[in-house]
Amino acid sequence: MENYFIKIFGDNIITLILIPAVLLIFIAVFALFGVYAERKVSAFMQDRIGPNRTGKWGLLQTLMDVVKLLQKEFVAPEKADKLLYNAAPFIVFVAAFLGYAVIPFSSMFIGVDLNLGVFYFFAITSLGVIGMLMAGWASNNKYSLYGAMRSVAQIISYEIPTALSALSVIMLAGSLQMQTIVFAQNGGIHNWFILGGPGGFAKIILIPFMIASALILFISTLAESNRTPFDIVEADSELVAGIHIEYSGMKYAMFFMAEYGQMFAVSAIVTILFFGGWQSPFGDLIPFLNYPVFQVIWFLAKGLFFVFVQIWLRWTLPRVRVDQLMTMCWKFLIPITLFNLFVIGLYVVL
Amino acid sequence: MAEIKTEELTLNMGPQHPSTHGVLRLELVLNGEIVQNVKPYIGYLHRCFEKHAEAMTYNQVVPYTDRMDYLNSMNNELGYAIAVEKLLGIEIPERVEYIRVIMSELQRIASHLVAIGTFGNDTGAFTPFLYCFIDREKILEIFEMTCGARLLYNYIWIGGLSHDIPEGFQKKVKEFIKYFRPRIKQLNNLLSFNKIFVERTINIGVLPADVAINAGASGPTLRGSGVKFDLRKNDPYSIYHKFDFDIPTGKGERGTVGDCWDRYMVRVYEMEESLKIIEQAIDNIPDGDVSSAVPKRIKPVAGEIYSRTEVPKGELGYYIISDGSLNPYRVKVRSPSFCNLSLINLISKGSMIADLVVILGTFDIVLGEIDR
Repeated sequence: MENYFIKIFGDNIITLILIPAVLLIFIAVFALFGVYAERKVSAFMQDRIGPNRTGKWGLLQTLMDVVKLLQKEFVAPEKADKLLYNAAPFIVFVAAFLGYAVIPFSSMFIGVDLNLGVFYFFAITSLGVIGMLMAGWASNNKYSLYGAMRSVAQIISYEIPTALSALSVIMLAGSLQMQTIVFAQNGGIHNWFILGGPGGFAKIILIPFMIASALILFISTLAESNRTPFDIVEADSELVAGIHIEYSGMKYAMFFMAEYGQMFAVSAIVTILFFGGWQSPFGDLIPFLNYPVFQVIWFLAKGLFFVFVQIWLRWTLPRVRVDQLMTMCWKFLIPITLFNLFVIGLYVVL
Repeated sequence: MAEIKTEELTLNMGPQHPSTHGVLRLELVLNGEIVQNVKPYIGYLHRCFEKHAEAMTYNQVVPYTDRMDYLNSMNNELGYAIAVEKLLGIEIPERVEYIRVIMSELQRIASHLVAIGTFGNDTGAFTPFLYCFIDREKILEIFEMTCGARLLYNYIWIGGLSHDIPEGFQKKVKEFIKYFRPRIKQLNNLLSFNKIFVERTINIGVLPADVAINAGASGPTLRGSGVKFDLRKNDPYSIYHKFDFDIPTGKGERGTVGDCWDRYMVRVYEMEESLKIIEQAIDNIPDGDVSSAVPKRIKPVAGEIYSRTEVPKGELGYYIISDGSLNPYRVKVRSPSFCNLSLINLISKGSMIADLVVILGTFDIVLGEIDR
């Protein structure tokens, strides 16, 4: 399918700049309102009011926070490794940002529809861990170092269940291309991969396995984006703020942007793989709702729902311990995904 | 392959750290994530309470006792008042005793709420912390309508009280009891029986009963290890012998007896017992004058006294020596947090950093009381 921007401006340098710019603006705006939503949702969960002074309902609060952060003096620890220390936040952010290149917002808008889209996404977003390790090491702070060590162990371990549970969808769709996966779920809610994907009556046996896969994907992407209950990298009660400790001003804000960018990206990947991406749940019943403009709305609605679930979990659950996190990954999630994969593989072959 | 040379890492935790519950500094020796040794450093909040007390008259000391364990002012005052009253040998009107018990039990609930909330925060759950503070607020409102203060009351005086209870006090307390019972259930559902929370707290920081007794632990720290010892029952003071209540102890329901979950749960059960005591007391407050027994001039004969009371953290003891003058010759405080904290190195060896924070949280220390 054609890209809107290419259709309007042609396949030239303008679109080459425009598409990333749109994505970058999306992340920035999402980070602003994601932080706002997090504060507001947590406030309502805790019988508080939350930000309500800056702008209507405090809507401008995070914008003002950014303005404040921009004015801050940038303080680096004296014994920090300056090059790594300064580069780290940008690497973390860029890794999160590059993941957006293959996320289809609608049938008419995707950065690059790579034929290895899903693979690319998992590969590029896990690069962020290098930035985290750099930040932790270069800060010359023991707490940061602990955070960095934990993040590496955690993110690399959780790559495996993430990839394996995504593989179940890839086997059914027969492609790693994002748009192909979304097109495969065409025609309404019953064709989404969470409900076994398109197929005849026999697909009913797949439903429990697909739900398990979706759950595991969501859990392990939570761990990959360091969100509660897996936020042992930041673990404010032990490590104070982990790798963020020595950062201030806009460099700190970059970590924040990366975190919120990652939050939406993993929600988007769950949506694309299991919940029909930009497909309308009504499918062919109301074809009007499947126009590209509405597709964006569907996609954002689904993605934001999972962002909400992440916020909800964060303000409800305690944090797991490092060894429990690893045990859960290696002893429970990976065996379950392998079994899932086996069953789904059998179904595909037969 | 050549053997990799490893070294232990020394990490300073505090005095500015979110989980040391004040200005405590812990020097940790770490092997990776494993804690090898913990050395607490105290004294960052030392305010010379004991020395100050020597230069003041007996009733001037009362506001200073408020500031020791600032989450538990009523009980500190009660302990001090009882000690001096014993020294003076004065009789207290029945009405005063009833009000003191109600106040002290309300304060116990308030103090346990902070302990539970901050403990939840130590495990990473922030929301229960705020829920606990909402409930605590209701208790503080009751205190505020009684004596005007919300944290440092100066309410229980030697021989009586500073004010009588106001109109509508009983109604408000009953409303609170009615409101609070379901809230404990809610708290249990949200935090106490949460799978992640249970997994985080069972089988770590196990404190055997004999070690606890030898180290002089008291309060929930001791009872969590299964020892049924509560001064309100074992050495009753005021009018606690009149009330019917249980002493909850750790039973190892989820893990081992004496683990962090047990110590935590003892506090939750104790709040229910405190509600029972308040329920029994609130309708039976006799008539009388609350300040009739307050002496105008406190000048006990030379002598000494050790008097102990059960505060939320454990056994709070006052050792007062009088030389027959207007000022006490010496006021020594045996603070429960101090004795409980001494156990930290013993039971946290071999645990992880995340566990250390949890173990420290179960002691519910208040640095104001440790340093005094």
